[in-house]
Formats: sequence, structure tokens, C-alpha cells
Amino acid sequence: MPLFTPGDDPGASFPELLRRIGLAPSASDSTVGELSVPHATTCVALRFGDGVVMAGDRRATSGNLISHRGMEKVVQADQHSGVAIAGAAGPAMEMIKLFQLQLEHYEKVEGSSLSLEGKANQLSMMVRGNLPAAMQGMVVVPIFAGYDLLRSVGRLFTYDVTGGRYEEHDYVATGSGMLHAGTVVKIGWRDGMSRDDAVALACRGLWEAADADSATGGPDALRGIYPVVATITADGWSRLDDGELASVFESIAAEVRAR
Amino acid sequence: MSMPFYVAPEQVMKDRADYARKGIARGRALVAVRYDDGVALVAENPSNTLRKISEIYDRIAFAGVGKYNEFDQLRVAGVRAADLKGFQYSRDDVDARSLANQYAQILGQIFTHEMKPMEVEILVAEVGVTPERDQLFHILYDGTVMDERRWSVLGGDAEAISARIDASWAADQPLEVAVKEATAALSGPDRTLVADDLEVAVLSRSNGRRCFKRLSDDVVAAALAG
Repeated sequence: MPLFTPGDDPGASFPELLRRIGLAPSASDSTVGELSVPHATTCVALRFGDGVVMAGDRRATSGNLISHRGMEKVVQADQHSGVAIAGAAGPAMEMIKLFQLQLEHYEKVEGSSLSLEGKANQLSMMVRGNLPAAMQGMVVVPIFAGYDLLRSVGRLFTYDVTGGRYEEHDYVATGSGMLHAGTVVKIGWRDGMSRDDAVALACRGLWEAADADSATGGPDALRGIYPVVATITADGWSRLDDGELASVFESIAAEVRAR
Repeated sequence: MSMPFYVAPEQVMKDRADYARKGIARGRALVAVRYDDGVALVAENPSNTLRKISEIYDRIAFAGVGKYNEFDQLRVAGVRAADLKGFQYSRDDVDARSLANQYAQILGQIFTHEMKPMEVEILVAEVGVTPERDQLFHILYDGTVMDERRWSVLGGDAEAISARIDASWAADQPLEVAVKEATAALSGPDRTLVADDLEVAVLSRSNGRRCFKRLSDDVVAAALAG
């Protein structure tokens, strides 16, 4: 059991604790070129009246091959926030696992949750820590979204590979299909949208990205695999079930057919 | 050169134990009782911010009585040990028994080797997937571990409180009954405790992944009134 003297205590930081115990994942120092590892692709997030909607497709690709059809790139970080990732799947999943643990660890050690701003800064440091791997092609660029309980508003953050943190006002997209998904959401976004409209818009963005970008997966009715879509409001994280998503995508398909 | 007076080891241990017991007896007591959906932890605690009961892991809670800074240090060490183990292996591998043993090692070590023993009594509670696998580990200031089946009482006046619970405890009781009974046992016949005097939390099987949940004063007041 790890005990520390008062002046020497790692505090509520889980990554720092890992370093002190000697369990921190070590960054490889090899300088070989790009590795062919599975990559995760398109995610969008947008603000609506009561909070934020996050959505991400389920496909992971290695070059021109599909390596996974059911990957979940939009995950809950804690009760009032979520992360969406694009980039090298392995490091991204590791980063999310550590980020979730850090938020929970902080909450338990301190007895209260980090502020949304604090969570966004934590993630920024983790992305920064991944920079050596990013130089070898293992780029991880997440979106962080959540409901700010102090300000009673949904907020969105996006990152670059160096850990730069940028707050977005209305919507944000990341990954290979970000241009298509982002454009759709940009055109359709209105201030104070309803939940259903925001969900439909996010799904439409993913639909168009899947239509034009080979690395983005569309809704797979055959296997019953739908994108992960979740809302985060004052009541917390809530993931939409596949039944609701099936009907959302059905209406998009009907609209496209009727054109 | 002056020679220190010889003190028999029995006397040293007895003095330390008396010292720790006195410190613990000064504080207010805490009760953990099993109910139909898990474990309820009820502490007499006038503070609304300095906690005696807290979450360690998905299915594990920690409770301490005695000196606040000492059991809080143990609480944080437990959170760290649990999170590290869950990170290194899997969330399923974190269990109360292993934590209780580690706590016992630390307390035993400090009791025999340090100037001053820790003036604490702690409880590590785990809620099982089924009621039969609920576990309560009660650990004393000297590292003694007790595995308790139905309820556990920590702190001063433990025997009297335990006797009161013994008279009213029943298997598979609902939460409201368990909280009311624990409160009555803590207060005794001559006092009444209200929701504001209490800190109540549960480890509930039906609370999702993280079983730990604090009960607000309103919920506690409703349980006590019922």
C-alpha cells in the first residue's frame, strides 16, 4: 500500500502516482518511421439547448483495410463529461483509460469532482505526453465535451498533437471525415437547438462523412452496428440506444432517397 | 553513561494499547449494517464536510473513527492501492480482503515500531454480487483484523451499541429500517439523533458500477421518520 510523507505526496494525480510507483507507461525512443496500426476516425460534438451531443462512427482502419467494425470512440469520461478520439487506436484507448481513471481517482482522493476546465487541462497534459509517439505517426487528437456545472452550460474542447487546447463555441469535428461531418454540422447548427434536432444533425454529419470518406463507417443495419451517440446535460451522460439511432438513420435514408 | 530504565515489553504494549483506545473512545461511533441491497454505513458526525465514510473502489467503501488526519491518510492510501491494482490488472481483481490485509500490516507495523500508535479503528466494506458475498473487515489500531458477518461497530461504546443492534437486526431488511436501527443503536435510549448529526452512505448492489452512494439529509430524515 503506497504511503507517502506529507511533503512528498503525489496528491490527487494518478499519472504522478504511476510515475512514483514505477508503473508509468514508458515512451519508446526508437525513431523508426510510421507504423501501420489501426486508426480511428470521425467524431463530432455540438452544443444544444441543454448541453452537448457527441457522436462517433465505429470503424477503425489499418491503411485500406477495416480492422474493427465495432470500436467505440466516444466514451464517457465521468458523470458529466465524455471524450471522443481520432487517431492511433491503441494509444488513444490507453489515454482514455488513464483519463477516466484520473478523473475518478481525483474525485475519490479529494472528495469532489474536478471542474470541467480542470478536466480539459488534464487531457491537454496527456495529449502533450503522447507527443513522442505522435512523432512516429501515433497521433491522438481527442475532443472533450461536457456539462459545466459551475456555469450551467455545455462546453466543447478540441486539441492538437502538442496538447494545445482550444475551446469551441458551437461544434467541433475531428478525424479523417472531419471536413465532411464538420461542414454538415456547421451549416445545420442553430443556437439553442432541441436534443432531437442536435442528435439528428450529428448523425447527418456522420452519414455524409461515411458517404465520402472510406475510413468512416456508416450505420450498419445488417450487423446492427450504429454510431455511438450520447448527450451530456445537467443530468449527466446518457447514451442513445440503438433503437432510437436506427429510426434517426432511417429518416435520413428516407430523405436521401426522396431527393 | 546512564542506562534507560527497563520496561517490560508487556507493559509497553499495554501502555500503547491504552493510549490508542483512549483516543478512539473520545470520538463518536460508527455502525455498518447489512441490508437487503448491500451495506449501510451510518456515522455520528456533526461535520458536513470532514467525512468518516468514503468510497475506495467500485464495490468497496472505507470508514474510520478516531483521529481524522490518521484515518484520512489510510483512506487515501487505500484509494491509491485500489486504483493501482485495478489499472495494473483488472477492476475485478480489486477486493476488500487484500486491502484489509494491507491496512492490518501498516497498523501493526506502526503499533509495534513507532513512538505512538495510530488512534484509529477502520472498516473496509465490500458489497458482493450476491448478498452472501458481502464482507465487512474491521481493523483495530494494532492491526487486528476481524471478519464480521452482519454488522460492525467502530469507536467508543462499541459493546453497548453492538448489543442494541443485536436485539433488532434481521436479515434482508430494507434500507430505511437498517438506517433507523443503526441510528437508534448509535444514540442509545437517552438521546435522539437527527439527520444533520449523521453521515450516511450505502454500498448498493443496484447502483451500477460504482456502488457507493451518499444519502442526503432529506433521504436520511425520511428514513428516520418512517
